[in-house]
Amino acid sequence: MNRRDFIKIGGLGLGGLAMANPIFDWATGAVLTEADLQQTFNKIPTYCEVCFWKCAGWAHLNEKGDIWKLTGNDNDPHCNGRLCPRGTGGVGMYYDDDRLKTPLIRTGERGSQSFREATWDEAFDYIAEKMQKIAEEYGPECMALFSHGSGGKHFGRMLKAFGSPNITAPSYAQCRGPREVAFFATYGEGIGSPERVDIRDTDCLVLIGSHIGENMHNGQVQEMSDAIDKGATIITVDPRFSTAASKSKYWLPIKPSTDMALLLSWIHVIIKEEWYDKKYVDKYAFGFEELKTHVKDFTPEWAYGITTIKPNVIRKTAKEMANASPSVIVHPGRHVTWYGDDTQRLRAVSILNALLGSWGRRGGFYNPEKYKVAKLKLPKYPKPNKSWRDAFPDQYKLAGLALASGICDATIPTDERDCSFKGWIVNGTNLISTLPNPKNTLEAIQNLDLMVVIDTMPMEITGWADVVLPECTYLERYDNLRVSAHREPTIALRAPAIEQKYNTKSAWWMAKELSNKLNLKDYFPFETEEEELDWQLKQIGSSLKEMNKIGVKKFDRKFDDLYPLENLEEYEFNTNTGKIELYSTAMEDEGYDPLPKYTAHDEPPDGFYRLIYGRAPMHTFSRTANNPNLTDLMDENDVWINPKVAKEWGLKNNQEIWLENQDGVISSFPIKVRVTERIRWDSVYMVHGFGHTNKNLSRAHGKGASDAELITKTKIDPIMGGTGMRVNFVTFHTELPTQGGA
Amino acid sequence: MRYAMAIDTKKCVGCSDCVVACQTENNVPIGYCRDWVVEATSGTYPDLSMELRSERCNHCTNAPCVRCCPTEASHIVEGGIVLVDPDQCIGCKACIASCPYDARFVHPEGYVDKCTFCIHKVEKGEDPACVEVCPTKCMYFGDTDDPNSDISKLLKKRKWKTLIPEAGTEPNIYYLI
Repeated sequence: MNRRDFIKIGGLGLGGLAMANPIFDWATGAVLTEADLQQTFNKIPTYCEVCFWKCAGWAHLNEKGDIWKLTGNDNDPHCNGRLCPRGTGGVGMYYDDDRLKTPLIRTGERGSQSFREATWDEAFDYIAEKMQKIAEEYGPECMALFSHGSGGKHFGRMLKAFGSPNITAPSYAQCRGPREVAFFATYGEGIGSPERVDIRDTDCLVLIGSHIGENMHNGQVQEMSDAIDKGATIITVDPRFSTAASKSKYWLPIKPSTDMALLLSWIHVIIKEEWYDKKYVDKYAFGFEELKTHVKDFTPEWAYGITTIKPNVIRKTAKEMANASPSVIVHPGRHVTWYGDDTQRLRAVSILNALLGSWGRRGGFYNPEKYKVAKLKLPKYPKPNKSWRDAFPDQYKLAGLALASGICDATIPTDERDCSFKGWIVNGTNLISTLPNPKNTLEAIQNLDLMVVIDTMPMEITGWADVVLPECTYLERYDNLRVSAHREPTIALRAPAIEQKYNTKSAWWMAKELSNKLNLKDYFPFETEEEELDWQLKQIGSSLKEMNKIGVKKFDRKFDDLYPLENLEEYEFNTNTGKIELYSTAMEDEGYDPLPKYTAHDEPPDGFYRLIYGRAPMHTFSRTANNPNLTDLMDENDVWINPKVAKEWGLKNNQEIWLENQDGVISSFPIKVRVTERIRWDSVYMVHGFGHTNKNLSRAHGKGASDAELITKTKIDPIMGGTGMRVNFVTFHTELPTQGGA
Repeated sequence: MRYAMAIDTKKCVGCSDCVVACQTENNVPIGYCRDWVVEATSGTYPDLSMELRSERCNHCTNAPCVRCCPTEASHIVEGGIVLVDPDQCIGCKACIASCPYDARFVHPEGYVDKCTFCIHKVEKGEDPACVEVCPTKCMYFGDTDDPNSDISKLLKKRKWKTLIPEAGTEPNIYYLI
């Protein structure tokens, strides 16, 4: 609608509007508002729970005691006083009318969404009885916890006390796991969160598929902006013209799935031209000669045929990195489970960084420090007799954390498995959307004796629960202290800004009450969260009272080693050789390739396009899709299609189409076409987290399409079990086809 | 004194934080906004360029909305900030028609609403909410009459443009390019 049309149409409605809203009413309202804003209102410290970055901030109350707005805490290194759109829009989580409001117990078939309201006591009795039965019949290890966010710590404590080590988050095997394993193999340390990248001080930032600015990992977005201000060179590798690509000196529009060839070629050029940091490599690296031999044939000309990136561009960008060395970051990314050889690709990234001498150097990778907060004095946890690993003998040997997808798969009984899971507790993660292949997830759920879902919102996963426990939002509760590793160690407090709305409770309270029912009350020795936090804070010379005032407390570093390798200091790495392992002995010992190799991946068949997914800055996972403030900014996703492809198919902007993948799975809802030059002709792109099927989400239901339901195929990383998800292809339907066939 | 805003398109990532921050700061009802983000892409794959920019009322020096307002609800206060007095506004929408930037809308309570440069914060020496929240720090607010202000220095140093300068409204939102 253009401006003139709007005026024409709007003109007719005005009389009605004015009459329905007497002048004095809205006028006084407006005046009051202006005056209200001048007052100093209460502000309560919190840290954000919309994403995992956990920015510390303030919840401001208005004169009625309602939450007015959220702002960042100036003293917090995660956000430096500035929340991102999701953090600012976090108020919508509290005000969302569609929230879960009371405990529910299932009455019909699983997935039928039929529940009855229950009291907390009833719900806990139900859960405790089933858990005890599972423990007696199969062992307590057959209970698993899937969590994402702060609540996981509390339910994790309960589950460990119960006797199960099977605590998992999809953020490992569906996201950043490969990078942690790869960097651990090379440097004896992982990357962690927030990433230890010194973007603020870098001269050259290389992003491989990482869309900083669309992923609003706050501190990093801020630092990328600082780097732009300082004139840093940005090199972006992406088949899509991402926001970051638009800020870059070099955009390499790579053919998807061929990043490994580019990385090996960069390594080849840097070694061949002797552009690497010789002193650094001589002093710290192990296996340089093996690497040199390994990459001798990976010329830019070789890589050109695979990646479609021109040889002179490969050489020029390698030179840019070398010129900036050691103030250069080849960014390890975050969501890196793409093609199943992801640990190896990230090994190549870690090797490239080592050659450039960026690890442990200013403008490269800094050494974060965490403050040691006193642990609660709890009884010893019982020793479990088995774990999820037993379901995968001799597989995924370098997995450092439990695999969410692995536990899901191991819930479906087979003849060989002795550790089939019987109970799931799911907190703050919508597994239907988070794990690939929802059909598989649902099959696993049908095999459970108990499924408990704890969330603030009705999600697809809540529909499949036996018991639903409504969690209050982060603005209504205490949680564990945020203890974060950064340039400076900090702790942050989350305190309730407002009373718990509806019949909702905090995860801490639920875990404590449930532990009582399971005769594990010694694991929650404090009566309230306040007492627990105050005890903990007093051990480190602070108090709840102090933290309520400041929100974030900064500590001095214990060690002056932010850039431990800046001047070629003596250093022993936590690897088998004590060196940076260009050639990985840990990989070799476990039977994996000690040096990364290029593998060609499947390409889309005729008429199909590779499904690439990512984030929009105003949404996180599938959990924000119903947030009233954030749906105001974006209420559905669209599918990006190159104009050439759109022309071939006769597709127009905003036209609704259905997507069908290579396995005949059709999107539940149509999705609007966005014809744009910003995507390659062999791929389509969509933002993750839309296409909700739960009708209780009044704003999100049926809006856009779900990438997760089209990701029915995965390539599993043999090293750590990550699920490579960029291996699915889709085609288009302008009308809803009969299910099951193109 | 002339309040103005400079927005660095080289840094803006189009995240729309400015929009939510304005909405919560000023209690703008859900479904409405006083600022918004525009994405403009040009070229053909792979020779592309893209500009992202946060837009709002330009607080024009030669403001057509003020000139055409029959009740003087639209008015200019010190520093050149264009405001609407909801008490005076009769909702005739002449100002909406006159604004080349589509910066005004009818508030559900019947009056015309738009960006105020967060005058309630500016009066206290603070930045507008959008400037304060921006994670990329791509927005600058200040007095362009003062040659020593950060914004004046920035406008001297960097290339910039304004939107629809041909409308002759003398806008006070500058885009650094």
